[in-house]
Amino acid sequence: MIKVEHLTKQYGDRLAVNDISFEVQKGEIVGFLGPNGAGKSTTMNILTGYLSSTSGRAMVDGLDILEHPLAVKKKIGFLPETPPLYLEMTVREYLYFIYDLKKCTLNRKAHIEEICRVVGIESTLDRMIRNLSKGYRQRVGIAGAIVGNPEVIIFDEPTNGLDPKQIIDIRNLIRELGKERTIILSTHILSEVKAVCDRILIINEGKIVADEKTENIERALHGNRRLIIRIDGPAASVLPALKRVNGVTYAQASQKHSDGSSTFIVESRDDVDIRKPIFYMLAQNSWPILAMEYAGSNLEELFISVVDEADASDKKQA
Amino acid sequence: MFAIYKREMRAYFTSPVGYMFCAIFFAVSAFLFMLYNVQAGEDAHYPSYFSILLYLFIIIIPLLTMKLISEERKMRTDQLITTAPVTLGGIVMGKYLAALTMFGGSFVLTSIVYYIPLAMYGTPNTAMYAGCVIGVFLVGSAFISIGIFISSLTENQFISALGTIAAIVFLLLVSALNSYINNETIRNFLSGLSVTSRYAYFSNGIFSYDALLYFISISAVFLFLTIRVFEKRRWSNS
Repeated sequence: MIKVEHLTKQYGDRLAVNDISFEVQKGEIVGFLGPNGAGKSTTMNILTGYLSSTSGRAMVDGLDILEHPLAVKKKIGFLPETPPLYLEMTVREYLYFIYDLKKCTLNRKAHIEEICRVVGIESTLDRMIRNLSKGYRQRVGIAGAIVGNPEVIIFDEPTNGLDPKQIIDIRNLIRELGKERTIILSTHILSEVKAVCDRILIINEGKIVADEKTENIERALHGNRRLIIRIDGPAASVLPALKRVNGVTYAQASQKHSDGSSTFIVESRDDVDIRKPIFYMLAQNSWPILAMEYAGSNLEELFISVVDEADASDKKQA
Repeated sequence: MFAIYKREMRAYFTSPVGYMFCAIFFAVSAFLFMLYNVQAGEDAHYPSYFSILLYLFIIIIPLLTMKLISEERKMRTDQLITTAPVTLGGIVMGKYLAALTMFGGSFVLTSIVYYIPLAMYGTPNTAMYAGCVIGVFLVGSAFISIGIFISSLTENQFISALGTIAAIVFLLLVSALNSYINNETIRNFLSGLSVTSRYAYFSNGIFSYDALLYFISISAVFLFLTIRVFEKRRWSNS
């Protein structure tokens, strides 16, 4: 549905987007994840035809955005980072305007009312956008993006600035919309991509540093290699014992707790599961395990480590 | 294009701008008409009314054009209209036609109303009167395109208005300035820009194709430049 090939956007001597290529299949919900300034918005702005790329191509449904701008724009609904609202219009006037702008042919009144019901802004239809709260404005922006039932919807930070309840509502809405449509959304909130997306693209400094299915991403990035274990025992003797366990490649004491226990980070080769050998070894020595988990079960940590790795390899190259 | 046009027309009347424009235009034009025709007695001369009216453009044209594009940029709504299936030309034309409708509508309306007393108490030359109306309309349409262009250069309505005022003042006064310049090349160049000398054909009762072409070219060039500003922003690398 969406195909991006070697997309590059240069601002002066800064590369905002650096040779990005990816594909999105029909019906997929893909999340762009990355820190602020990573190039997420720029990529989205190029896909929607708001900006032009310095080089490379972006295609929607086989049509190049630069060669067939009108045909492509007709297929895309876009919610930019700041919802593009005319404050002096009522919600109804605004949505009717977008309806005219997109040259829709559906029944206008019924279509707009349906959208408002889905997005949950029926009660505000005749209020001025100026008087709406941020959460409602964001929803009006989303409503604007889905006017005309576009096949592709692009949301740039759709839950930005909303309260937790609204965030959950919007996520449910996006999941609902994604049942029949192709959606790309960007965020720097990690739990969001996990909750909503089928696939995650991690972007940092203009490059894609990871592209995985959501359920695979943690495993794919760190494998089962790094365990975090809290053990009730003397760190000085536990650490060498851990290192001796077959398959362990690295062990380190990371934190000493007030109850006398310590947290250790243990890494192993990819092909072995070291959890059982570690358990038996610790049991033999009567050092109880208080907690054991894979590093990377926490997307936040994963994200930072991926971004850091990318940075580090950049520096090596330089 | 029609959607943009409709929205701009609505925006004129859901904000004070449209009403301010109409109020200022109706009041000042009525006052000028009274001064130059009704009260002037035997010296009544409607072409001077129209010539003086051009100076009113310094205030009213920026009112119409100042926020047409700068406001879109400031509120980020340009992201909506440039990612919708509308051409840039359609966007700019929609806005231009909306401003032109406001200006043309009120100007033609007042011109018809003012013609009535002239015809009741005298025998005005209708063709010449119509020539003046066409001339003023052409000047206004050219100024509107300049105003739209300047509005596309900035996010700030105020700067947009000031820039437009400066441009209109310059174009109106350039012939007056000319008599103080000795260098012939500069003088020729400046008189080439002069709006008033082109308009003079119409107020003298001459329908000049040169002048018509001049005004239409100004509109076309500045609307084209406005489209280029949109394009440039897309391609910009800063």
